[in-house]
Amino acid sequence: MATITLPKAKGYERPLILDWITTVDHKKLGILYLYVSLFFFAVGGILALLVRTQLAVADNTFLSNQAYNQIFTMHASAMLFLFIIPIWAGFGNYVVPLQIGAPDMAFPRINALSFWLFPPAGIVMFSGFLVSGGSASAGWTAYSPLARTLGTGMDLWIIAVAMLGVSSTIGAANFLVTMFRMRAPGMTMFRMPIFCWTVLVTSVLQLLATPVLASALVMLFIDRNFGGNFFDPNGGGNAVLWQNVFWFYSHPAVYIMILPGMGIISEILPVFSRKPLFGYKAFVFATMGIGGLGFSVWAHHMFTTGAVLKPWFGFMTFMIGVPTGVKIFNWLGTLWRGSITFETPMLFALGFLSMFLIGGINGTFSAAVPVDFALHDTYFVVAHIHYVLFGGSVFAVFAGLYYWFPKIWGRRLNEKLGQFHFALMFIGFNLAFFPMHLLGLDGMPRRIATYNDYNNWELLNFISTLGAMLIGVGMIPFIVNVVQAFMRPKDQPNDPWGANTLEWWTTSPPPVHNFDDTPEIHSERPLFDLRQGSPGGH
Amino acid sequence: MAAHGAVAEQHKGELSNGMLGFILFIASEVMFFGGLFSAYFIARADSAQWPPEDVLEQMKLAGTAAQSVKLELEFVLPLIATFILVSSSVTMQWAVMQIQKGSRTGLIWGLFISLVLGLTFLTMQMYDYTQLPFSSGDTVWATSFYTLTGFHGAHVAGGAIFMLVCLVRAMNGQFSAAHHEAVEACSFYWHFVDVVWIALFTTLYVVG
Repeated sequence: MATITLPKAKGYERPLILDWITTVDHKKLGILYLYVSLFFFAVGGILALLVRTQLAVADNTFLSNQAYNQIFTMHASAMLFLFIIPIWAGFGNYVVPLQIGAPDMAFPRINALSFWLFPPAGIVMFSGFLVSGGSASAGWTAYSPLARTLGTGMDLWIIAVAMLGVSSTIGAANFLVTMFRMRAPGMTMFRMPIFCWTVLVTSVLQLLATPVLASALVMLFIDRNFGGNFFDPNGGGNAVLWQNVFWFYSHPAVYIMILPGMGIISEILPVFSRKPLFGYKAFVFATMGIGGLGFSVWAHHMFTTGAVLKPWFGFMTFMIGVPTGVKIFNWLGTLWRGSITFETPMLFALGFLSMFLIGGINGTFSAAVPVDFALHDTYFVVAHIHYVLFGGSVFAVFAGLYYWFPKIWGRRLNEKLGQFHFALMFIGFNLAFFPMHLLGLDGMPRRIATYNDYNNWELLNFISTLGAMLIGVGMIPFIVNVVQAFMRPKDQPNDPWGANTLEWWTTSPPPVHNFDDTPEIHSERPLFDLRQGSPGGH
Repeated sequence: MAAHGAVAEQHKGELSNGMLGFILFIASEVMFFGGLFSAYFIARADSAQWPPEDVLEQMKLAGTAAQSVKLELEFVLPLIATFILVSSSVTMQWAVMQIQKGSRTGLIWGLFISLVLGLTFLTMQMYDYTQLPFSSGDTVWATSFYTLTGFHGAHVAGGAIFMLVCLVRAMNGQFSAAHHEAVEACSFYWHFVDVVWIALFTTLYVVG
């Protein structure tokens, strides 16, 4: 592949800092997204360790009630709004244009705007700790009437989330136009890599659901600052109204947080099983199915309010299990009789597969209305969300980091340290969150700053705290691994894994314009076809 | 480089990337107003009376609302404003048709008239706000009234700024029969704002 060196325009070379601040290149913005969201992952993780330290023993006084409420609220807010959702934007930014053979996103400057709304939003949200009354402390769900009465930290939280909402809405429109319009010749919609499809469905959800969250935030802000009565029964309003509008966004948001993770897994499992993904089209339609059904299940968070049509929302929630089950079979069918090797990305992908399965099953439990009445607001729900979002999404994040690290940074992470990282995280994760199922079934409520040992909850809580610490320790081999990798020279070939998709056709890391040429595309796995010498079946 | 390519490959009658993106943006705006409208209808469905006079009486007794508050809307002024805003949509579309035929003068006049009509609508809305006998805290009815009309007004203001930008660019001769995408986008946005107002007017003033 010959590269023509063109003379560089005047002003092309800029100081490094200025270059990164003014960049509109999708790869650099993707890397910035990854760095900033991983920073907030660390911050959210430290807050989680504070929470677990408080809960390690019964009747603990390590944190005051107020401090505890602020910390668990900011833990969830950081992890959801400042880590998981933006890091998918980071992977999407870096990978999607490469996978579809495009030189950049459709709107590079809007892309930069999306990114640059994100770090200031994080600063605004965390500046709540500096104002009187402290940061937001009504949980990430910000239910009224509590959220109506808290201090200025709550307003800062509302503004931050609204900024992030704008960022992800315009980002979503950008991804959609990119994928609709900028695919390489020969790449039909049904030849797009699976990761792109999951980002596409995620973008539709973001485009249509995030503005509804914005409307809810606007109402809460008006209630708090302009004497509004939306959520105040004394003025004819209704506190449950918030829950309806909030969950209309936040349930689709749960799929926004998991679908790109499923996409990453679906890129990795075929590569390390040396087989095409089993049932590509079924997977695409299952992704659309999850996205569509996602809009019809929001009130399953509200069964105990008694103000929602329980049989409908219960039934629709069970229905979500069908497309999700289809995906589990896609993944198992891909592994079946494959020549599997266990490189670190594959370990994390298999971790995702097993842990997400548990999260899916315990979620379907609470879709049953009578069961939900028993489990609502207990630690069972906390266990569920962490099996889905940590066991699912976070494992997928690390799978993606290990998988695309050679492409993004031109170096390969060390396998031994990677295995060590995975082992610590996998064991720590299960120690931390499995006991929460038992605590929840035993009736321990979530979001309490302390408990007494009357019900023998102390042992399970202590195990959980140990697990959380282990996860924290597990990050040390990862950081060491990354630092060591950065000290080595860039030595990676275009395609170190024997992968399937176009990002592995170009150099590692790719040049500014991504591709000098693209191969003929006959399927969703052009590189696999080239290696095997057989055109694909789609 | 990519932008030039996009222009070169664009076929007549096919949406450009920019227009597709803009339509997606308007779809998100529809969902935003959808959220506010659903809040209004949920509050309305939950109330025994609408406007909630019973709640207002309770608030007056509790001292959280002033005795002079009445939950009443002026009808004639908003009706005239409605006609003005609908007319501005017509003149905006006329402006687009002019530049499609290549008439820059027609475009400039069309944009100018639409802008004046839009600003007239905003002025009338602000005047109406000063005359209303209730404030945003006087029951959920009043809160949702000011929220819905206020956010609509903000969108009218945004559309007026968009129009002003198009007008300045038109006067600098930046548009032609082949290149006037910003004007098309502006007209899409303006029609959207107009449709939202018709829905608002029907909901708040006609149905009541």
